[in-house]
Amino acid sequence: MPGATALKLAPSVLEVLIRDRVTCFVSGTNGKTTTTALIATAMGPSTITNRDGANLPAGWVTALLDAPPGAPTVLEVDEAYLPHALSLAPAAVVVLLNLTRDQLDRPNETRMLAHRWRDALELAPTARVVANADDPLVAYAAANAPNVTWVAAGAHWQDDATTCPQCGALLDWSQTAWHCNSCGLQRPPTEIDLLDSSVPLQLPGRANRANVAMALGAAAELGIEHGAALDAMVRLTSVSGRYARHRTHGHDVTVLLAKNPAGWIETLDVIDDLLSEGPGTVVVAINAHGPDGRDPSWLWDVPFEQLAGRKVIATSERATDLAVRLDNAGVAYRKDARDLLVAVGDATEDPVIIAATYSNFLSISRELAKRG
Amino acid sequence: MAEQTVDIALLYPELLGTYGDRGNALVLRRRCELRGISARVLEVRTRDAVPNSADIYLVGGAEDAPQLTGMELLRESGALHKAVNAGAVLFAVCAGFQIIGTELPGRDTKMIEGLGLVDAHTARAPKRLVGELAVHDEALGTGWLVGFENHGGVTTPGPDAQPLGRRVPESGFATEGAVQGKVVGTYLHGPALARNPALADRILEWVVGPLDPLADEQADLLHAERMAAIKLPH
Repeated sequence: MPGATALKLAPSVLEVLIRDRVTCFVSGTNGKTTTTALIATAMGPSTITNRDGANLPAGWVTALLDAPPGAPTVLEVDEAYLPHALSLAPAAVVVLLNLTRDQLDRPNETRMLAHRWRDALELAPTARVVANADDPLVAYAAANAPNVTWVAAGAHWQDDATTCPQCGALLDWSQTAWHCNSCGLQRPPTEIDLLDSSVPLQLPGRANRANVAMALGAAAELGIEHGAALDAMVRLTSVSGRYARHRTHGHDVTVLLAKNPAGWIETLDVIDDLLSEGPGTVVVAINAHGPDGRDPSWLWDVPFEQLAGRKVIATSERATDLAVRLDNAGVAYRKDARDLLVAVGDATEDPVIIAATYSNFLSISRELAKRG
Repeated sequence: MAEQTVDIALLYPELLGTYGDRGNALVLRRRCELRGISARVLEVRTRDAVPNSADIYLVGGAEDAPQLTGMELLRESGALHKAVNAGAVLFAVCAGFQIIGTELPGRDTKMIEGLGLVDAHTARAPKRLVGELAVHDEALGTGWLVGFENHGGVTTPGPDAQPLGRRVPESGFATEGAVQGKVVGTYLHGPALARNPALADRILEWVVGPLDPLADEQADLLHAERMAAIKLPH
């Protein structure tokens, strides 16, 4: 990656490249790549962005190296690197999506990230923040920031916010709005609602309606007219290999990335959306390399029970971990540890949805892109 | 025996369940059902009362702050102590293992008192232990156990408890886990009982008596696959 080389040769290259630009950062556990793509679409064709999830500093540099001076920029940022990004561009528009468990073998506790975000925002009082009010960890991180647009983007996985990120007491989730009875931290009132289901979005699932709501908040801060921004966003059909329908091995194939429980809850919703007509095959592909998280225990937090009655193929390197999980969920499946696309070839019902962890998602997307 | 229902209490999964720990409850239930034994999972959320009379109690992993909240709730309730004193089985993993011990590092790293259900104390490890781990179970005789560990504390059994077994790789510590009567603590994730069907059965035998071996193809294969991924010393 050219960015890595540039950073090694000149560590200050990033400061120089990012200076004097309209900049937007997008961070959170799930939805980063899609939300970044939505904002980039609204910002227009001259926008600089890091596609394909290259969300570490080397990826930012790679995106910026060829950028004309002053070209507007939207960057996807790994959660742990948001403080670094903000130190480089403290007046940026910052989109904070959600914080939930991910890559269990990494030492970052989810709420540690919330504390780091909060500290970083304190040092960047001119940042214009767009934050998900339904996620207590995000709300805590942005609570003291002077310029926040709060968005009702939802939080369907709540088990990483059982206790208050501020004081540690049990949060009260019994009402529609979460709150802490001990220190008073509560869901802030929102300015932007979740996108109405009547808006004809090309991307499937409620998570993408939430991503669009967050992206609209950013677009407003970036001075893009609402109607024009929404028009561009609803037309987006695929994001770095996600959601696009491919014809391969005799089947209609759509690839999704799903690598943690909160992401999977939304992926199951997307699967219901894509297979709303009834028939279809769900191929679940689990790896446990570094970027997937080396501890696949999280499979047991995913409500795979919802796949019962569908045609399911369990595949990839950790197919056996998945098979045991599915046995315990009462889901019938066929296990096929061969090459992912070979396994897809044996699917009996179209369309075929592949839901894969990061490493196999990346290789399958590249493979399908090569085939056109 | 035919009339018995095995009650499995899953304690505070929304606080103490970071590492897919609910899986341990599902595996115990499945291995009962495959044998025609009736079993229930009682999911005890933080606003629920902890039952006094479940047969098996499960406590899982957590981040630091929720771990201490969960411990205080269990201390206030007292129900887990009553049940364990009356002979119930307790299986605790990771942060759950730390809180059932005698002492552990608290919020500001000062040592605080644990629930005292097993004679084992936790101190900070010099370096976080993260990775695939095998344990030769010398306490319960179930052979090699396998899992994934990820913890910054190290827990040492006192005189009233014994280690679960010898660890591979050692990573500076010879043993892993603690066993005292029907209380078992370990750092193995996977979840532990999903990767180690023999350990699941040993825990069930404490409740229902001797069990015949059970063939569960994928579970047995998973144990073999994960063992094959560990380099054992010659």
